[in-house]
Amino acid sequence: MTIIFFLIACSVILALIFLGAFFWAHNTGQNKDLYTPSVRILFDDELLGEEEEKRKPQI
Amino acid sequence: MDIQTQTLCYHCGDLCLTENLKQDEKNFCCSGCLNVYSILSNGGLNNYYKLNLHPGDSQDKVIGKFGYLDNQEIAAKLIHYADAQKITVTFYIPSIHCSSCIWLLEHLNTIDSAIQENRVDFLKKQVYIQFNPQQTSLKNIAELLTNIGYEPLISLQDVVNKDVAKKDNLIPKIAVAGFCFGNAMLLSFPAYFGLSASDAQFGKVFSLLSLLFCLPSVFYSGWDYFKRAYQSLKQKNLNIDFPLALGIAVLLIRTLSDFTFNTGDGFADSLTGLVFFLLIGKFVQQKTYHHLSFERDYRSFFPVAVDVFEEDGSTKPVALEKLKEGDRILVKSLEIIPADAILLKGDALIDFSFVTGESQAIEKVLGEIIYAGGRQTAGSLELEVVRLVSQSYLTGLWNNEAFQKINTNKTKTFVTQVSHYFSLVLLVLATSTLLFWLPQNWQTGLNAFTAILIIACPCALALSTPFTMGAALSIFDKNKFYLKNTDVVEEMAAVDTIVFDKTGTVTHSEGNNIAFKGLLNLKEKEIIYSVCKNSIHPLSRKICDFLSPIKTLKVQGYQEHLGTGISAFCDDKKILIGNANLVMDGGLLITNAPQVHVSIDDNYIGYFEIRQQLRPGLKNTLNQLNNTYRTFLISGDKPQNSTDLNNCFKNNSDLYFNQSPQNKLDFIDYQQQQDKKVLMLGDGLNDAGALKKSNVGIAVTDNINNFTPGSDAILDGQSLTLLPNFLSFAKSTVKIIHLSFCIAVCYNIVGISFALQGKLSPLIAAILMPVSTVTIIAFTSFATHFSAKKHKLKL
Repeated sequence: MTIIFFLIACSVILALIFLGAFFWAHNTGQNKDLYTPSVRILFDDELLGEEEEKRKPQI
Repeated sequence: MDIQTQTLCYHCGDLCLTENLKQDEKNFCCSGCLNVYSILSNGGLNNYYKLNLHPGDSQDKVIGKFGYLDNQEIAAKLIHYADAQKITVTFYIPSIHCSSCIWLLEHLNTIDSAIQENRVDFLKKQVYIQFNPQQTSLKNIAELLTNIGYEPLISLQDVVNKDVAKKDNLIPKIAVAGFCFGNAMLLSFPAYFGLSASDAQFGKVFSLLSLLFCLPSVFYSGWDYFKRAYQSLKQKNLNIDFPLALGIAVLLIRTLSDFTFNTGDGFADSLTGLVFFLLIGKFVQQKTYHHLSFERDYRSFFPVAVDVFEEDGSTKPVALEKLKEGDRILVKSLEIIPADAILLKGDALIDFSFVTGESQAIEKVLGEIIYAGGRQTAGSLELEVVRLVSQSYLTGLWNNEAFQKINTNKTKTFVTQVSHYFSLVLLVLATSTLLFWLPQNWQTGLNAFTAILIIACPCALALSTPFTMGAALSIFDKNKFYLKNTDVVEEMAAVDTIVFDKTGTVTHSEGNNIAFKGLLNLKEKEIIYSVCKNSIHPLSRKICDFLSPIKTLKVQGYQEHLGTGISAFCDDKKILIGNANLVMDGGLLITNAPQVHVSIDDNYIGYFEIRQQLRPGLKNTLNQLNNTYRTFLISGDKPQNSTDLNNCFKNNSDLYFNQSPQNKLDFIDYQQQQDKKVLMLGDGLNDAGALKKSNVGIAVTDNINNFTPGSDAILDGQSLTLLPNFLSFAKSTVKIIHLSFCIAVCYNIVGISFALQGKLSPLIAAILMPVSTVTIIAFTSFATHFSAKKHKLKL
């Protein structure tokens, strides 16, 4: 049963890693804007139809 | 008459009044929209129009000038960081409203390659831009944004939310509390399920670990409770934090002593759970509206810089606070007069509606003093500053004592009132139990003493308000009523007097009631419409709206006479449209409402009368309110269309006109001295004092992004008719808090009955606390939503 000491240590360390990860995310500002990224991720690079794509000026 | 099919502007979706503005077979309502379209399509940014239909904002408005951004001092205030290679700046852009906006603003570098990085924060309506100062300037960036239809709002009061870390750091604290709670709970389970004698060694280790988890929970997450409890002790008024801090401290001490003297399993899980739930309650209560500000004063209404005349007659932008007495300034059409000044040159037709509430533009003659805050509606003006911005007639209001001290006559919230007595009863009960047991058995006495403090720790009580209020706030929010904080709900429930401002509050700021006095045939209508269409003057636009849709005729010799009207030839006839001076050489009836006179070929044919329109449904709303509340109208305006208004209020004597901002403030003060709780609705700077002074100050606005004076709440004009529902909902919310308080007390009585006998085991505490918490949360959210439904509010 002494294995339980090891297991508890593992679980606490794992939980501490998650807590650390949360702090890292929070301090780098990932919680500041929770809405815009959800929109941003849905932008495809090209929404233009094929025919308009040909007309698209060179940038 | 030929019927036109309605064409909508490709950019903004407004109705196109003309067929002339076309590009790529797309119609546009104004040259501004067309211009934005061509910039975007030339830049290969047509995706903008693919993401949403008509994503743009109408460009049919006057655009600010950004010349002052070249001034280093002013620019330095806006820039976060600057070196030779890059400058970073954040702009607040009110017109950000859809995903197309995000897409476009994050693809700016396809238009201007000097922009290195840009990011949109949608909820805050901010765009963060990093650019190369060697290739472009701050002014160019601002102009680019304006040209594509996203004019940044730059004002004296910082509108950009600085990303400073919030002082209370609530989220990391919740994270730590949650971490400790989860682990401590797991470690407590073995003790509750019973450990066999052979496993006793584990019990000791588990207790030690749980104890360790308590420490960050108390000293990091829960530390604020001790600080606030100490403050409340100093002020000799025990607030809710006092019993909470006491509970936390006793829990920790009991857990420590149980561990050291081996007397029990300790209360580690209850302790960490308590801190966690309390912080969650705080989190729910916090509601931030990133795009709203409740603290604005005159500074965010005024421009950042003014054009000042140099010796040689040229103008140079100067920061507003650098403006000196004696400076000669240039104020262009539709700009705001920044300081009290004497008129030197130009036709002054000043719209003071925002400052005094007077809705009609006022003419000023040369040499007259024009007070700051008015908006010039005719041509450019030359003025000489006589008083500094901070000392002007309008800003002087902010020196009133109402703005100086924190309002003390706000009613105490229910929890503050209750928790004072609660704490006292708790202390008396605990000490008397201790004294009762001491002679017999000091250990049981100490046990019972700490048990009472633990079990009576008002966790459920502390949570009932935040959860109820949090739910109420989000219901108000969905009905376009934005509250500054949760205390406002309780203030609203106590209100018995309601004071309305007139212009912009009771009346529409936009929708005016227009009527033609006289006879018009179709031809004449077409002529007037065609002539007025050329003018951007607000009255001309209203006439156009009134007459359209109608055929457009060719107009020749169009001339606009600043401040008086327009003349033109149309259909071979000479047309004069404007005020009485222009059309019939002056001197005619002075009436209340603005009038636009028309003559064709020197024949006077009549005039348009523009009346302010009451908000639709207002009469009904006021009738409902009159049943339960005393209602007043207080206006800076001259008495006009009183018959409509008189029907809305109980007595004619409840209507006050010609009131200065100071009068309004005094009126509120007078009512409060009569022990009335006053709710004030207003919209302009002229109401700022009264809004601040009243128990609940609500700023009414038709556009949430517009300037609103500092207030307790911001109400969208469309929701004004819901005011009776809001008020009665606020009352039910307070009732819900009372009820949940009763539930919390019931749990406490059960717990204390255990505690009094010194029989409180950690298991009972560990069950009772979460159960009571969950009951409260479930009850409050259910009851709040039920009562919102009952009051016909959107959920």
